[in-house]
Amino acid sequence: MMTRKELDLWVGIFAVAGIGAMVFLSLKVANLASFSSADSYQIKAKFDNIGGLKVRAAVKSAGVVVGRVSEVRFDNESFEAVVTLNLDSRYQFPKDSSAKILTSGLLGEQYIGLSPGGDSANLKGGDSLKLTQSAVVLENLISQFLYSKAAEGDAKK
Amino acid sequence: MMKRVTELLRAMGSHMVDNWIWRLGFACRFLWRTLVESGTSFRRIHLTFREIYFAGVQSLVIILVSGLFVGMVLGLQGYDTLARYGSSEALGVLVSLSLVRELGPVVAGLLFASRAGSAITAEIGLMKATEQLSAMEMMAVDPIARVVAPRFWGGVISMPLLAALFSAMGVFGGYLVGVRLIGVDEGSFWSQMQSAVDFREDIVNGIIKSVVFGVAVSWIAVYEGYAAPPTAEGVSGATTRTVVTSSLAILALDFVLTALMFRGV
Repeated sequence: MMTRKELDLWVGIFAVAGIGAMVFLSLKVANLASFSSADSYQIKAKFDNIGGLKVRAAVKSAGVVVGRVSEVRFDNESFEAVVTLNLDSRYQFPKDSSAKILTSGLLGEQYIGLSPGGDSANLKGGDSLKLTQSAVVLENLISQFLYSKAAEGDAKK
Repeated sequence: MMKRVTELLRAMGSHMVDNWIWRLGFACRFLWRTLVESGTSFRRIHLTFREIYFAGVQSLVIILVSGLFVGMVLGLQGYDTLARYGSSEALGVLVSLSLVRELGPVVAGLLFASRAGSAITAEIGLMKATEQLSAMEMMAVDPIARVVAPRFWGGVISMPLLAALFSAMGVFGGYLVGVRLIGVDEGSFWSQMQSAVDFREDIVNGIIKSVVFGVAVSWIAVYEGYAAPPTAEGVSGATTRTVVTSSLAILALDFVLTALMFRGV
């Protein structure tokens, strides 16, 4: 039979290993350490159509992730989508920056691309972006293409 | 003819009441008693440590080895399918999400039920058959406080730790096969995993699942042991029932929990 001390040692090792595995999963797999909401500022952007944009989608500028989408809401007065962006406060952007909804790859998920403008003043928390470009909806694109083809066909006759 | 049908229905009904409803009621009353009497297992924490040793530490080898192999198989199978769509970098996402959300808690729970749950049932059942439980009662020691509650809490505490170890080992196994063996890019393996796995949505929900499975398996194991007929046949039947019932309970609870947690935004 095992002594009490030995048994406690094994239980201790087991507990440390188990909690270590949980810490590994939270830090290395879920990357809990990065992007805490403490050092970020929020700006708003209005879009006519956000396509399949979801909360927690990335906000990228020049391909680098600079923040995340924190809220997607429908504005019942202007009938537009209001997207709230949480930007990392390490990154500052000019006031006249513009936002586009882009897709990574052909079938990838959608993200917001920020293109910096030329204003000397920077965006502050609570500001909203003036220039936005909506998501490309595949159905609209196809119907535009079909219409232009049909118009070409008519012109030839 | 009509009479036969009513007789059959009556027999089925009485079987149902005797074997299911009655047992469920007794099991609930037993769980309540265990919870009420569990003060002893925390006041004399060594009793619980002893059960964590038997249920948790002794299941470590099987949990770690199976976790590693499940992760490696996920790595191979996932790569095979993902490579067809040219997105083999998403291998880390596939391995980690399937382990953390489903396979970690469920497979660790099934292994725990057959490795530790059956042992708990056999031990309590044999203590009952050899009248050790009655002897304790004669000495004014409550067998529920002294024998049942520490085993229950030992199982409940061990299960989440084992599930976390299983998932971590599985991610490591997927890394070994995906990055070391096949040669998926290491940076995108980890970074895609980190951007796809969410702490609240995935890790915490996985831990909640494993706690629920721990409670279910430990409860079934101590109940079956305590309610076993005090014969050799009774103890063996109870051990089998523990494994069957807790495996079914884990799979059914997993469906319910998944439906509640991941309905897709």
